[in-house]
Amino acid sequence: MSADFKGMDVVSIRDFSREQIEHVLRLAEKMVPIAKGDERSVLLEGHVLGSLFYEPSTRTRLSFDAAMTRLGGRVLGFDQPTGASVAKGETLADTTRMVSAYSDVIVLRHPQEGAARLAAHFSDKPIINAGDGAGQHPTQTMLDLFTIQKAKKSIEGNHVVIVGDLKYGRTVHSLSEALAMFGAELTFVAPPTLQIPKEHMKAIESMGHKPKQSASLQDVIKDADVLYVTRIQKERFPDPAEYKKVAGTYRIDLELLKDVKKDLIIMHPLPRVGEISPEVDETPHAKYFEQAFNGVPVRMALLSLVLGAHR
Amino acid sequence: MKEFKVTPIRNGTVIDHINMGMALKVLKIIGVKEDVTSTVSVLMHVPSKKAGWKDIVKIEDRELDPKELDRIALISPNATINIIRDYNVAEKFVVEVPNVIKGIMRCSNPGCITNQNEPVETEFVVESKKPITLRCVYCDRVTTQIAENIL
Repeated sequence: MSADFKGMDVVSIRDFSREQIEHVLRLAEKMVPIAKGDERSVLLEGHVLGSLFYEPSTRTRLSFDAAMTRLGGRVLGFDQPTGASVAKGETLADTTRMVSAYSDVIVLRHPQEGAARLAAHFSDKPIINAGDGAGQHPTQTMLDLFTIQKAKKSIEGNHVVIVGDLKYGRTVHSLSEALAMFGAELTFVAPPTLQIPKEHMKAIESMGHKPKQSASLQDVIKDADVLYVTRIQKERFPDPAEYKKVAGTYRIDLELLKDVKKDLIIMHPLPRVGEISPEVDETPHAKYFEQAFNGVPVRMALLSLVLGAHR
Repeated sequence: MKEFKVTPIRNGTVIDHINMGMALKVLKIIGVKEDVTSTVSVLMHVPSKKAGWKDIVKIEDRELDPKELDRIALISPNATINIIRDYNVAEKFVVEVPNVIKGIMRCSNPGCITNQNEPVETEFVVESKKPITLRCVYCDRVTTQIAENIL
C-alpha cells in the first residue's frame, strides 16, 4: 500500500496496514531528538492545529500541543466545551466545518463513539481521533507499538501479557489486534467477568494466532516480555468489596516481579490508580513514563505525514 | 374449488414469504396508516411449504420504492415481491440485502454519535447476510437486532 498519508484521516487503527504503521514508527524514531528539544525544527511552520477536546485529557492534549509546537506550528482550540458555541448546542458537524476553515488539521477528543468518523465526514482537513468515548484511540495504539519496538527492537515474537479490564477497555481491543497483526504472542489476564469478549478473541484467532487466557498473573508473568497494565474501573463492580479484591489481585509490586525476565518491560497508558506500586518506578522494567513521552514523537510523525510535510 | 382467504388484487404489490410475525413491521415500513386510500390485506401465520409459517401483505395500487425494499430485506431476507398489473404477475423477485445500509436503521449503541442530534444518515456495513449482521460505520458496534432498530 502507498505510504502517502497527505490529507488522510486517522480515525481507527483498523484503517492502517502493517506497512503504514511501520512507516509512522520509523518517522517517529527520527522525531525523537526534536521531541526531546535537542534539535529545533520548523517543519510545520505556518500550519495551524485545531484542537477540540470535548472531554478533559492531560497526556493526549498536551502531547499533541507539544508535537505541533516542537515542529514550529501553532495550536488553537478548547480543552473543555463550556463557554464555546458547543455549550450553546452547536452540532459537532457545524463545529467541525467551522474549525476546518480555521486550521490545517484537527485533533478531536469526544465522549461519543464514532465522533471522529463523523467529523471526518464534515471536515475537508484531516481529522486525528484522540479518543471517542469507549471507541477508538489510534494514536495511543501507535505510541504503544512504538514503545515496544523501541525497547525490544521488534514487536514480532514478543510475549505480551495484557492485564486489567479487558471486557470494556476497547483501546485494549485495538491494541491487541494491532499486536497480533505484528506477530506478537498474547496472553489476556483478567477475572472471568472482565475477560476479553469472545468475538474479539475470534478476530485475533482469524489472524492465525492462539492467544491464551488466564485469571492469574503469577502463572504467566515469568514468560512475559511485555506486561501491559490497564486500569480496572471501580464502576464496573456492583459490590465495592469485590472491586477491592480484584484490584488487589492484579497489583504490580516488587514481590510479583521477583522471578520475571530481566528485560521485561511494564507499560501502562496512565493515569494509574494503584495498579502499579510506586516502588516499581525505579526498576528497569518501568517503561510507562517513557511510553507517555513517546506520544510526542509519534504524534509529530502523524501530524507531519497528514499535512504532507513528510511522505 | 380453490378457496381464497383473500381475493386476488387487480393492481398493486403482494409481499409473500415474510418471516412469521413480521407483517406488522412491513406495514410500518411501507407507511400504512389511517390515511391509506387503498385496500391492504394482511395474512399472518399462513402455512408455508418453504419455511413452516409465513406472513403475507397485499397492498393495492402501490408499488414499493428501493428504500422500502431494502428495509423489508433486512427483516425478511426471503420475502418475495410480486408486482400485479391487471390481475397478472408482471414482475416477481426476491428482495436482496444490500452490502451497505444507509439511513434506514438506527445504531443500537446509545453512545453512538449518530444517535445524537447530528445532521448525518446512519450507515452500516453488512458483515454477514445469514444471519444479518451489521457494523456501524461510525462507532463499529456490531448488531444482529435488526427489527428493533429499523426506522
